[in-house]
This record gives sequence, structure tokens and C-alpha cells, in this order.
Amino acid sequence: MARVLLLFAHPAFQKSRIHRSLVSSIPERDDLTLHDLYEEYPDFLVDVEREQELLTHHDVVVFQHPLYWYSVPPLLKQWMDLVLEHGWAYGSGGSALHGKWLVPVVSAGGTEAAYCTVGRNRRTIRQFLAPIEQTAFLCGMRFAPPWIVYGTHRLGPEDIQEIVPRYLGLLDWMLDGGLEHAALDHETLVVPERTGSTPGEVP
Amino acid sequence: MTTDAFLAQSVVYLGAAVVAVPVARRLGLGSVLGYLLAGMVIGPFGLGLVGAEGEDVMHFAEFGVVMMLFVIGLELQPSVLWRLRGPILGLGGLQVGLTTAAFTGAALALGVPFAAALAIGMTLALSSTAIVLQTLQEKGLVRTTAGQSAFSVLLFQDIAVIPMLALMPLLAVSGGHSGEAGHASSTWISGLAPGVQVLVVLGAVASVVALGRLVVRPAFRALGRTGLREIFTAAALLLVIGIALLMTRVGLSPALGTFLAGVVLADSEYRHELESDIDPFKGLLLAIFFIAVGASVDFGLVAADPSGIILLTVGIVAVKGLILGILARGFRMGLDQGLLFAFALPGAGEFGFVLFSFAEQEGVLSSGQTAPLVAAVALSMALTPLLLLLNDRVLRPRLGTREVADEREADPIDEQAPVLIAGFGGFGSTVGRFLKANDVATTVLDVDSDRVEMLRQLGLKVYYGDATRHDLLHVAGAAQARMIVLALDTPEKTLAVVRTVQKHFPHLTIFARAFDWPDAHDLVEAGVDHVYRAPLDSAARMGRDALRMLGFRAYQAQRSSSILIRHDDEAMRDLSEMRHDEDYLGEARSRIEAVEKILLAEVRDGGATRDLGWDPDSLREDFGSAPSE
Repeated sequence: MARVLLLFAHPAFQKSRIHRSLVSSIPERDDLTLHDLYEEYPDFLVDVEREQELLTHHDVVVFQHPLYWYSVPPLLKQWMDLVLEHGWAYGSGGSALHGKWLVPVVSAGGTEAAYCTVGRNRRTIRQFLAPIEQTAFLCGMRFAPPWIVYGTHRLGPEDIQEIVPRYLGLLDWMLDGGLEHAALDHETLVVPERTGSTPGEVP
Repeated sequence: MTTDAFLAQSVVYLGAAVVAVPVARRLGLGSVLGYLLAGMVIGPFGLGLVGAEGEDVMHFAEFGVVMMLFVIGLELQPSVLWRLRGPILGLGGLQVGLTTAAFTGAALALGVPFAAALAIGMTLALSSTAIVLQTLQEKGLVRTTAGQSAFSVLLFQDIAVIPMLALMPLLAVSGGHSGEAGHASSTWISGLAPGVQVLVVLGAVASVVALGRLVVRPAFRALGRTGLREIFTAAALLLVIGIALLMTRVGLSPALGTFLAGVVLADSEYRHELESDIDPFKGLLLAIFFIAVGASVDFGLVAADPSGIILLTVGIVAVKGLILGILARGFRMGLDQGLLFAFALPGAGEFGFVLFSFAEQEGVLSSGQTAPLVAAVALSMALTPLLLLLNDRVLRPRLGTREVADEREADPIDEQAPVLIAGFGGFGSTVGRFLKANDVATTVLDVDSDRVEMLRQLGLKVYYGDATRHDLLHVAGAAQARMIVLALDTPEKTLAVVRTVQKHFPHLTIFARAFDWPDAHDLVEAGVDHVYRAPLDSAARMGRDALRMLGFRAYQAQRSSSILIRHDDEAMRDLSEMRHDEDYLGEARSRIEAVEKILLAEVRDGGATRDLGWDPDSLREDFGSAPSE
């Protein structure tokens, strides 16, 4: 069992098809908190105390965002700069986040083929997210490989219909403590098919 | 009519309404049916309390329609008309065309000459806007597909009346009838050649348009400066009655004239003011109209030839209903919506009285022909609410598919803005422009007639009107809007509107502009959640720029001013709760000091700031260098 904090950062949510579908499908439950950063802090005045309080009360921290120039949107970076304080998150006395999980949930315009050594982006998304992985490391957090939606520009409505249940499966799996048994050395997060699902059921 | 007789008649009409409507409502029959029944009871063939002569009753009736069509016209902006052109022209055109053809054909088959047959066909194609819309509104069905379609058809019919009226003199020529001498003296244009008559009709229409465009607005602007409410009411009545008189003088329907005037004024800034001024008169006169329709059912004629009149009435309703049903299928309405549509419009309309009397006057039809037709028109009108009741109680419950009115998207009929703005000075107009630029429609009310005029010239949609009046808020669409922005000139007016809104439109979210702390507290205390102290934001912006001017970094200055605004807002809310306490000033002082402390911490090194992520001091101690690179 794990409490999950979804830190969601999207500066143009109204134009996003995939994130709108994903976010609107998120179930209401006590152990799952959706925290929409651009909705909370349109003026970038991040309330550090409040954010640290939120982090303290959760076991899994998800960074959900579109990949912009191979990185996080600016408000999420601002959030990191301000909230992950020295002496609180890292450095001497900074142990507030020890043992918690950091899980990127990322959408990218490029296809999976574009994100590899021979593709036009020349690196995998996990490689691009090295600063995030290192941040997790420095804060004593456990970093999970990113869960990725590729090729968002070309997604049709049927594709999105197929992605939403997979996303809900991911959330369920994390809430059930699935990360404890996750394979951490992959390029992307592998969510095992749910045990007990009947054959033929699409996960 | 002597004063005494007038008062006696008023007592009879009002008494009938006051007694009949609550009873009809109680029985679930709706107010329209109540009025109609009341009319039958007090009419010449019931108790005989009013209208010993049918003419008298019809005279009453016509003024009710005059008022109603003026208000319908006011609600009918040319732009709305344009957006509805598809259903209006398609559905409405087909309904009028097919029904006219069917009845003309039937009349021809019965041996009526073509001109007379066409006059009958056209007239019977019309339905009663008053009865249908009032009944649909009462049942909350206006926003359904069927309600919308019915509205479109009624609209087309209302417009089609204009060429129909213009056509009557021409039919008289081609029909070979000579004008009947008995009516020639009633209007002076009857004596003119038919071609000239058409010109006079067109001239009268043009003069109403010119009156609305050129005279009314400057006149009302001048009246607005007086600030006297009753002068407006008087002017509105003067306008309607004046046009009605003008139209009667040239032999046109006064209802048509005021409808036209309404449409012409629908775009003007005085639309809401006019509507709320006329509305009570309209409501009352409409009631009298319905009573008059009830009273005008000529039971004498019905008694003389019951089977003939009933056959005629049933025939009209059946043929019209059939055509409506076919159209509903053709336009792909669901079964329940198609039935509602077909059951709403099969009656004849009040224009039937006007057109038949005009046709008779022009000599197209003889009084022997019109009398049974008028009786059938009145009967079929009385049937309309009954038919809708039948559909509501018997047919609809048996249908599986039902369209719920509330689930539909906002319909184009009432192009209802979600935001009302009261007060359109510098503050209100900025909010309004900002919302408009984000594609949010607003309805704006302002009481400064000169400012309204100026803003209109800038291309902004502003209406003249006092937002403290709940009737005016109502016609401006407060019932359908989601929020109201209060940007009035004085705190007293703002509070007055807050009370009006809370009492009559509690669903509206109020956004209020305050000038300073005391009236901000007043608003919070009155229960307004969104209070904006106007000087705060511009003061904070100026402070920010002052800091920049003094050499501060721009982003630091920006953060500092944003923090000031946030804390100031919080303080304003908290202090509102304790404004009557002894130590209000002490608390206010400590709040101000707290904000200063927070802001200072941003400036000074090593302060109590929480934004240590940007503060290298602790890192230097810990690592000797920053963590990245």
C-alpha cells in the first residue's frame, strides 16, 4: 500500500488531448492526491511550506508532464528549486524524502523510434531525465524508470482510449505498492499485467 | 367608455384572472388555459359580463398582442435572427408553404375562388405565438429540440405576416372583388388605389424603422440624463402606443408595427430598460388577451352549426398537425420531440383575427366566409394548451425516449451571456474587454446614458439600465447567467445590487469591486466571496516599478508585489470578521507588519525566507559549492 502524490505540470492543459484524458480519468480516493501545479501557482509563487507538507504525507511522488525541450516544464523546475530545500530534502539534516519513490510520467511528441541512439533525438527519455534521476538520488529517493506516452502528435481518439486504461492500471499498481517489486534498470517502467485478470481482457 | 364602466370592466377582467388562474394551475392546466376558460366564462356566451359586442373584446385583445410582439421583437436581435436562419427558413418556410398549399387546395376544392382560397390558406398556416410560447415556457420546454423548432417556426410565421398583409390588397385586385363600402371609411388608405396602398404600407414600415433608428435613441439618451425612472416607463408606453396608433391610422396591424419597432430596438442600449418597463404591462395585457380570445369564441355561431364549426376546427388542427409531424420526421427529431412539435403548433394564431379582418376589409373574403373561420381559429387556439396537456400527460409518459431540457447545450435562441457586468466605467469596461478577448460573452448595464452612447460607438455591447432593479436584471438574463461583476460608481449602489442579487438570483456568483478597506469589509460582511480592492493591484504594480527604477532586479520586484497582493487580500478577509472588535486597528497594524517582514526577508540576506533553494548561503556552509555542476 502506498500513498501517491501526482504532481501535474502542464502550461497549456486546455490544448492537451492526452493529459486531459488521463487527468479526467483519475479516480477519487484518499490515498491519491492530484496536485495541478499550474492551477495552484499561476503566478509561480510556490508555497514551499505547503508543498513540503504534501510531500511528507505521501510515499510515491509522480512528476506528470509533457517533455519540453527534453526536460520538465518551467513551473515544475521552479517547484524543484524552491521546495527541495537544502537541509530539508538534501544536505545535512535533509532527510525528509528518504525512501520515497520518484516516478516520471511523461508524454513526448516524438515516437519511441526517435528516442534511441540511432533516432533523431539520439538518447532515450530516461537518459534525458538524468537530472531528475540525480535529484532523486541526492534526496535519498528511489527513482523509477519513466512511464511514457510517445508520439502524442499522432494519437487518434482510439489510441487515447487504449492509453487511459493502461494509465489507470499504472496508478492502481503504484497504489498497491507494486513499485517495491519493479524492475528499475529498464529504459521505461514495466507495469506487470494484473494477476487474476481473465485471459483476453485488455490490460 | 365612462370611467365607471372602465373600472367595472377592469374589475371583471382582473377578477376573472385572479380567480381562474390559480384554479387552473391547481388543476395542472397552466395559466394560459386558465385565462382562456375565464374568458369563456365571462364572455358574451357565458355570464355576459364583458364585451356584449365582440368588437370590444377584440379591441382589448389586440393591444395585448401589440405589447407582446414589441417584447418579442426586442428579444429578437438581427444577429440571433441570422444564426437561426437555417431552422427558421427551412422548417418555418416549409411549414408555412406546405400548410398554405394544403388549405388553399382544400378551399379551391370546395369551390372558393383562388384569391380567397389563398388568403384562407395563408392565414390558417399561422399559429399562436402567445399561447404556444407561454405554454412551452411554463412547462420548461422552450430549450428542447421541439421547443427550439417551434420557436423558429413561430418566428418565420411572425415575419411571414408582413408579406401576407402586403399581399391582401393585391389579392383584392386579382380576385376581382370590390372593396366593401362599409369598411372604406374606417381607414383613409382604403380609398386609395391598390398600388398606392402598397406604397403606403411600405412607407409606414420604413417610418417605424427610421423612428427606431434615428429618433428613439437620442430621445432616450436625453431622458436617461434626467435619472427619473417613471419618465422612461412613460416614454416606453408612448412609443408602443404611438406606433400602434400610427399603424391603425394607415390601416396596418399595430402588432406588426410594434414588432418591427422592437426588432429595430433589439440592438440598442435601451433594449433591457424598455423590456423591463413594458413587461408588467405586457403580462397584464397578455392575460387580458387570452381572456379575450376565450371570450371571442362565438358560441352562438357554434350553436347554430355545431358540426360544421367543429369539423372545421378539427380539420385545421388535424391537417396542420399532420404536416408538422411529417416535417418533424424530415428534420430527424426523435419521436417524443416530434410529437411535442406537432402538438405545439397545430392551432391557428391570433394573427388569424388580424388577417381575416384585413382580408374582409379589403374585400378578399366576405363576412359570411370569415365568421366561421374566425370561430374555428379561436377554438383551435383554445385547443392548443389542451393538446400540449394531452401530449404531456398521456403520450409522453408512454414513450421510452425522453429528452431532458436541462441536458441540452445552451441554445442559440437566447444568446445568453454567462457574465453580467454592472457599471461600465474604466474598471468594468476593462474587465469586459478582457472577458470578450477570451471569447466570454457579457451583458453590460450602465446608468450613464452618455457613457453608454460613447461605448456603443466604440463597438461595445452596453445597455442602459439600473442594476439595482431586479426586473431589469431579470430581462438582462440574470436567471441564466453564472456570475455578475459589480463595478458601480459608489459603494452604496454596489451593496444595493448585492442585496438584490442575493434575494432574487442567489445562484449568481458575485465579483465586486471595492474602493477601500471599509467598503471591502462591508462587502465581505454582506457575504460576497470575491472582493477586489481596486487600488491594490495598480498600487502593487506601481510599487514594483518603483523598485525596478531603484535598481532592484525585475523578477524580485515582481515576486514582492505579487506576495503583497496575496497577503493584503488575506488580511482584508480576516480583518472583516473583526472590524467591530476593540483592537481592529491593533490587528490591522500587526498584519501590515507581518507582510513587511515577509517582503523584507526576500530582500535581506539570511532572513526568514522559505525560498532557500535560491539562497546559496546554507549550501556554501555545507558543500563549499552549489550542488549542480
